[in-house]
Order: sequence, then structure tokens, then C-alpha cells
Amino acid sequence: MTTIQEAEARQASIQKLRSIASQVRRDIVRMVHAVQSGHPGGSLGCTDFLVALYFHAMRHDPENFTMDGIGEDLFFLSNGHISPVFYSVLARSGYFPVDELKTFRRLNSRLQGHPTTHEGLPGVRVASGSLGQGLSVAVGAALAKKLNGDPTLVYTLHGDGELQEGQIWEAAMAAAAKKVDNLISTIDYNGRQIDGDVDDVMPLGDLRAKWVAFGWDVMEMPGNDMPGVLNGLEEAKRRTGHGKPVMILMRTEMGKGVDFMEGSHKWHGIAPSDEQLNLALKQLPETLGDY
Amino acid sequence: MTSYPVLDKKDTRSGFGEGLLEIGKADDRVVALCADLTGSLKMDAFAKAFPERFFQVGIAEANMMGMAAGMTIGGKIPYTGTFANFSTARVYDQVRQSIAYSGKNVKICASHAGLTLGEDGATHQSLEDIGLMKMLPGMAVIVPCDFNQTKQATIAVADHEGPVYLRFGRPKWPVFIPADMPFEIGKAQVLSEGTDVSLFACGHLVWKALQAAAELEKEGISAEVVNVHTIKPLDEEAVLRSVSKTRCAVSCEEHNRYGGLGDSIAQLLARVKPTPQEYVAVNDSFGESGTPDELLTKYGLDTPDVVKAAKRAIARK
Repeated sequence: MTTIQEAEARQASIQKLRSIASQVRRDIVRMVHAVQSGHPGGSLGCTDFLVALYFHAMRHDPENFTMDGIGEDLFFLSNGHISPVFYSVLARSGYFPVDELKTFRRLNSRLQGHPTTHEGLPGVRVASGSLGQGLSVAVGAALAKKLNGDPTLVYTLHGDGELQEGQIWEAAMAAAAKKVDNLISTIDYNGRQIDGDVDDVMPLGDLRAKWVAFGWDVMEMPGNDMPGVLNGLEEAKRRTGHGKPVMILMRTEMGKGVDFMEGSHKWHGIAPSDEQLNLALKQLPETLGDY
Repeated sequence: MTSYPVLDKKDTRSGFGEGLLEIGKADDRVVALCADLTGSLKMDAFAKAFPERFFQVGIAEANMMGMAAGMTIGGKIPYTGTFANFSTARVYDQVRQSIAYSGKNVKICASHAGLTLGEDGATHQSLEDIGLMKMLPGMAVIVPCDFNQTKQATIAVADHEGPVYLRFGRPKWPVFIPADMPFEIGKAQVLSEGTDVSLFACGHLVWKALQAAAELEKEGISAEVVNVHTIKPLDEEAVLRSVSKTRCAVSCEEHNRYGGLGDSIAQLLARVKPTPQEYVAVNDSFGESGTPDELLTKYGLDTPDVVKAAKRAIARK
């Protein structure tokens, strides 16, 4: 039974998360514009999910980052090219100064083109960029949590195009076989990759059936609707601890939030011009102050 | 010269298996992963003693490397076990990104390296792995020479913070390193002192170098035998000290002559102290099926080949 107070609190929480998401989207387009490189499309599409994860769902301690992450939920970004959204969310949630976002992809920065531990950026626990590797790492980290008697969870995010990498399915087998039920993986199911629609490049077929056949507990979630994301993550958490890894097929729109970037794969990896930046920013209210 | 009696004949992979069990008993952070080669890697004893810390991952080496990287994040010290080819070439990008670039404390343990794998042939005879692994920043590369030293190295790598490539082999091979001889990562061992030529060797070829030194001694040639079990970081001081005395070098390894121990030594010598050097190594080819002894002879890695190389090196002084 939900009380009126609880419903109001939830509504306030959703409003707050939407407001953060608007700022994160501003950060993304500004970062990519500033260096005229990077990947805005997938970043914008996954903004609502990452904001919900870092500002609501995950148990974590941004100010006291440790590599081991014992006693904390862990997140692994396997599709590392959407680093703009990852960096913005890490900074806005307190892992490092927001001002550092202006160093994105520049020389001597901790914010490399693709995320890495190499420069010591808090919040990053493994390098990603070469696709298909994050699920294996997450399975290992989740098994280590079990060995340590640590009841916290491991989350991952993958692109749908990334599922064309064979290593993903090796890891999928292992996660089910080892009953890694403290793992919640999410697919950014936007149907697009660099060269075009996933269905044209290399179709994934019946994705739900594939993950079910690999022994996962599969659910679907709308990825660009904040209440839907919150409900989905709560549902996913309820499904942990029952002997199977949990897979969320998250429907998103690449480029979400900037109208001229939506509906196409073309903004996967290109930067907006000055004029396009201004058009984009008009659609994204500044809610927390630009970096 | 110092003589090394043959204490026994054992495979170096069994040294790994014993070492893994011992370090597993001493340190409960140690976990082991294997890609369907538990028997071949001699990991059975660890798997039996510590079933909760042993992970059979099936024939999926890429995933194994990633899982090992992930386990370090929970503070574990993972040892991966498969053949040398599948520990390196097959999973190079996984090792590069998830382990080396990410600075993960994974011990990549590789058996059946080199020609002495024998009858399985070239698909399984890794002759490129030392080169591949030493090119990765931060990766230590260790090639112990016999059963005892492989056991020592397996235990020692647990205390080395950072990724390690530990290479060993399949055949029964003379055990000649006394079990109590100190082993330190990055410290080469002068097994026998000499003045005319330095024989720098790693892995199975250390025994061949010792035999060659004995042959050379009969001809009045004094060879120094240096066991360079750690190829990276190279013990530069030991190499330079030896060639300062002998003024010529031979490198001996069960590897392609491109990219292995010989190249590490040549680069050092070219940079610091130009010195004539000869290679005992596979001459840029793949291997083939045969017995280990037949293959070492055919590919020029046997005792007479070391003797000849030593004489060539001396003649170039």
C-alpha cells in the first residue's frame, strides 16, 4: 500500500532525477562539442538510466572511492565509447570535480576518450572501449563479492551492437553456470550502431529468447522514461538472489533529448557544430549549473 | 665450471601445480581459473583442496581473462591456466585492455609453451608469446627453467603487485636447480661463471646451455651460463656485468628469434654496450609435429647448436 506521502516523495524524486538528467545531457553535448569528438548519441540515450542508477538505485560512496568497492554496488560500462554520459554522471554524483569535465579528451586528462583506470579517475574500475569485455569483468567481480560474503550488487551496461562480440556469449554462459545472481546487466537496446541499424549490420534475432536460452532472468524496461527506469531497476533488484543473473533489455532512443539527433544512427560518433550546440542546449534546461 | 647433477626428471607444469597448491594454502586471496585444461595444467590438486576458489570456465579463454580481471577488483589474486597460445595470442586484446592497461593483478600461467609441446604440432606450439607479452606495459614475463624453479616462481608471483606472464612447458625435463636456491623476480642467476662467452638462457634451454658449457670446457672454452628467468623486467645489470667480462653473448630460448629473450638482450647491448651476439632460437618459422628432442634438433635449439653459436660469437670479438 502506497501512502500519499510516499507517492509525493516518489514524484519529487522523479522530478529531481529528470532535472539531473537534463544537466547531464547538457554536459554531454558541450563536452563533445568542445573537442569536436566523442559519442553523443548513445550517451544521450543512456542518460536516464545512468542518472537513475547513480542517483537512486546504487549503494555507493562517491567521495571515498576504492578500487575494491567492498560493501558497495559496482557498475561496469562495457560500451566505453559512451564515456561522456559516464563522466558527467560520475562528476555530478561526486566522484571528481565537475570542472574536470572540461578536460574531456584533452592531453594530460584523466577523462580519456574511453574510460580507463590508468590515469586514476575515481569511479572507473576497468578500462573499456574495445567492446565485449565488460561482462566478463563484471562476472569476475560478482564472484569475488560472493567469495567475500559481500551482499552488494554488480551492474553493467552494454550496447546492443556490442552483443555481436563473441566474448559476450562466453560470459553469458559463465554467469548462468556459476549462478551469478548478484549481477544486473543492461542492454542499451536502441537498434543502432555506427554503420546503421543493427538489423542491417548484423541482426541480433530474438534477443529475449537468446538470453533466456543462456539461462538468464530477462526483463524489459523503457530506458527514456524516468518512472519506468526506476520501476525497472527496482524490479531487477527484486530478481537478484534467485540463482540467475538478471538481464534488462532497455529500449532507448539514440540521441534522446536533442530532437535532431533522434531517429538515426548518424549521431553515434560525431560532434555538433556551434549552431547545432545552441539548438541542442535550448532543448536542455540548465538545472545544476554548467561546468 | 659449476656442475649441476640431475636431481630428477619432471615437467615444469607440475612445478606450477605444486606451487599453486602451496600458495593457495598460504594465501586465501589466491583463486584459480582454468579453461578446460585442469589435468594438463596440473591444477587438480588446487581444485580439489579449494573447490570454492577454483573456477572451471570451459573453452572460453577470452572470458576467463576478463573474469580474472574482475576478481582482482574484490581483492583476489587470480591465476589463470591454459596453454601458452591460448593465454596470449587468442586473448591478446582481453589481456591488453582488461588486465594490462587496467593494471590488474592477474597471474597468467601458460603451459605447453614452445616446440617441446611436441606431437600436437604448430597450432599449439607458441613461439611468439614472450614477444607479445613483453610488449604490454607493466607486464612481467617470467620463464623458469625447471620443476623446482617453476614451483618457486608460481609462489613468488603472488607477492608481485601487477600482471605477470608465467611461461612453462609440457615435457619431463631435468630438474637441476636445488629447491633451496633463492629465486627473485627480476634477478638473473649466474649458474656457472666463465670468461670467454656469456650464454644467456631461459626455460628449457637453460639446461642445454649448461650442457653446452660443459662441452665447451672440454675444448678449453670458458662459458658463463646466466639463467635469465625474468625477461621483463630484464636484469640489465647482470647482463652487462657478464658481457663486460666475456665480451660476447649467445641468447638461448624456445621462441621465435624475433621478440624473445634474445631481442631484449640485443636491445640492451645496442643501447649500452655494443657486443657481438648470436641467437639460439627458432628462425622465424612455425613448428611441427615430432618428439620434443627431434624438434629441438631440427629447429636448431640443441646443445650442439649452442656450442656452435658460442664459437661464432667468440670469433666475432
